[in-house]
Amino acid sequence: MSLSVDIRHTLGDLTVEVAFEAPGGITALFGQSGSGKTTVINAVAGLLKPQSGRITVQSKVLLDSATGVNVPPHRRRLGYVFQDARLFPHLSVEGNLIYGSRFAPRGSIGLALAEVAGMLGITPLLQRRPGSLSGGEKQRVAIGRALLSHPHMLLMDEPLAALDSARKEEILPYLERLRDVTGLPILYVSHSVAEVARLAATVVVLENGRVARTGSAEQVFSDPAMVRQLGLREAGAILPATVASHHADGLTELAVSAGKLLLPQLDLPPGAKTRVRILAQDVILSRDAPTGLSALNILPGSITEIRAGSGPGVVVQLKCGDDLLLARITRRSALTLGLEPGVACHAIIKSVSVARHDVGHN
Amino acid sequence: MGWLGPEEWQALFLSLKVAFWATLLNLPMALLVSYALARWTFPGKQLLNALVHLPLFLPPVVTGYLLLMTFGRRAPMGAWLEQTFGLVLAFRWTGAVLAAAIMGFPLMVRAIRLAIEAVDPKLEQAAATLGASRAWVFATVTLPLVLPGLIAGAVLGFAKAMGEFGATITFVSNIPGQTQTLPSAVYSFLQVPGGDSAALRLVAVSVAVAMAALIASEVLARRATRRVSGQ
Repeated sequence: MSLSVDIRHTLGDLTVEVAFEAPGGITALFGQSGSGKTTVINAVAGLLKPQSGRITVQSKVLLDSATGVNVPPHRRRLGYVFQDARLFPHLSVEGNLIYGSRFAPRGSIGLALAEVAGMLGITPLLQRRPGSLSGGEKQRVAIGRALLSHPHMLLMDEPLAALDSARKEEILPYLERLRDVTGLPILYVSHSVAEVARLAATVVVLENGRVARTGSAEQVFSDPAMVRQLGLREAGAILPATVASHHADGLTELAVSAGKLLLPQLDLPPGAKTRVRILAQDVILSRDAPTGLSALNILPGSITEIRAGSGPGVVVQLKCGDDLLLARITRRSALTLGLEPGVACHAIIKSVSVARHDVGHN
Repeated sequence: MGWLGPEEWQALFLSLKVAFWATLLNLPMALLVSYALARWTFPGKQLLNALVHLPLFLPPVVTGYLLLMTFGRRAPMGAWLEQTFGLVLAFRWTGAVLAAAIMGFPLMVRAIRLAIEAVDPKLEQAAATLGASRAWVFATVTLPLVLPGLIAGAVLGFAKAMGEFGATITFVSNIPGQTQTLPSAVYSFLQVPGGDSAALRLVAVSVAVAMAALIASEVLARRATRRVSGQ
C-alpha cells in the first residue's frame, strides 16, 4: 500500500472518521463540499493534526497518535498541489520550480527541471513572473514545483476546481501524462465526477466525514447504489477500451469486451488504452436487437441489478462482456419490458453522446 | 564648508550617525516583535503591544526622564552597563541612539507588523510542503514578501530618529559637539540673539535630508512591491 490512512478528527459540527488504503496510481477522494476531503488531505500533508489516528506512506509512519509520532510537513516529502496554485510571487517561474529541490535529500531520485518543464509544457514560461500567467499555466507550474521537490507521493486538492472548462481540458492530459510517466502515487481530492471518472484508478467516496464506498473506479462508478452520491445526471459506468482504428468518416472504433464502440474522432493511436465514461442517462435499453436505428453502438448484455429510487426512474446495471454498464430509464419502461436480473437485453449508445472529455487515457 | 559653520556640521553628522545606528539596531528587534505580535499567541501579548506603543503616547520628555532613571550612571541598570561593558549612555551620543531608537520603535513595528499580516500563510504552508523548515520558510518566503514594509518601517524609524528632540535633550542634554543633534542645535540657535539665520540653515538641511530619505524609500519600496506582487 502506498498510502494508508486511519484518522479521527472533530471540527465544529463535522466529525471526520476515515480509514482507507490507497494502492499506486491515482486515488480519488470524492465527496461534496463539507464531506471532510480537505481535512483528510491536510492531515496526510501534515498541515492539520488529527485528534487521533495513524498515517503511513510507503510504510513510513508519518503520524501515529498512539506513539506520539507526528512528522512535520517539511519532512514528509509529499508534493502538495493546492486549488489556488500558491506560487511564490517574488520568484520567477523557474525560481518557483526549483524551490523544493534545494530541500530534497542529496541523491534523491526524481525528474530534472527540463524534463518536468517539457512534460508540463511550461518551458517557454520559465523566465516569466507568476503574476503574468493564466490560471491554467499557474496550475501547471504548481504541479511542476511539487514534482521537483522529489516527493514520495503527490497530493492534489481540487487542482482544477478554480479553472474554467477550457482550462480544465488543457490540464487533464498533463495529469494523465504525469500519472503514466512518473508512476508516482497521487491522492486526488475532487468533487467533480467527470474528473474522477477520467483519472482515478481507485475511488474513496466520502459522505459526512465517513467513507461511504471505496473500490476501483470501474466498481464504484458501475454501482447503482452510488448513483445518488454521484448525482443522477453525472452517474455512469466506465468502460476500459482499446483504440482499434480510425474511420474515414471521422469516427474512431474502440474495442470493448462486449464488442465495438464507434465514437467521434479521438486523437489517439490504434492500440492506445482508453477508458470511456458512458452516462447512465445516455443509455437506451432494448430487449430485441434493434434494427433501423441511427444509434451506432449496440452492446449485448444481461441485467445484473435493478435499483429503484424515490422518483419515477430506475437504475439498471448490465453486464456487457466483462464490463458493467449503467442505464437510467423510467420505472414504467422497466415494467413494460419486463426487465429483471438475468434478462438479456441490448444497450444502445449514441456515438455523439460521449463527449471528448469523457474519454481518458488509461 | 562655508555655508554651514563647524557646529552646524557637527550637529548634522551627529544626527545622521545617531539615526543610522538607531535604525540599524531597531530593525532586527522590530522584526522579531512585529512577527510575535502578528503571528504568535502568548500570555502578555497585549502588554507587549502596549509597552511597544508607550513612547508614542507618552510626552517625549517623560520617556527621556524614564531613560535617565533607568540608564543614568547612578541608576542600577546604567551602573551595571558601565561596569560590565564600559558603556555609558547618559549624556553621551550612545544615549542619543537609545533615545532615538526607543522613540522610533513603535513606528517601525507598526509598519512591519502590517506587512507581516499581509503575507498569506498559505504561501508559507506551500513552502513547508516543499520541504522548507520554519527558518527556511521565514528566510525564503516571509522575509522577501515583508521587504517593502521593512523598508517603509526603516525609513519611518530613521526620520523619527533624525527629528527626535524631547527624549534626547532630557536624557543626553544638548552638549555641542557631543550630544547636540540637529533639532537640539536648531533649538539652541533660536535661544540666542542673532541665531535665526543659523537655525534657518539647519531647518533647510533637515528638510533636504527628510526629502532625500523619503524619495529613496519610495524608489526602493516601489521596486520591492513590484517584485512581491509577482509582476
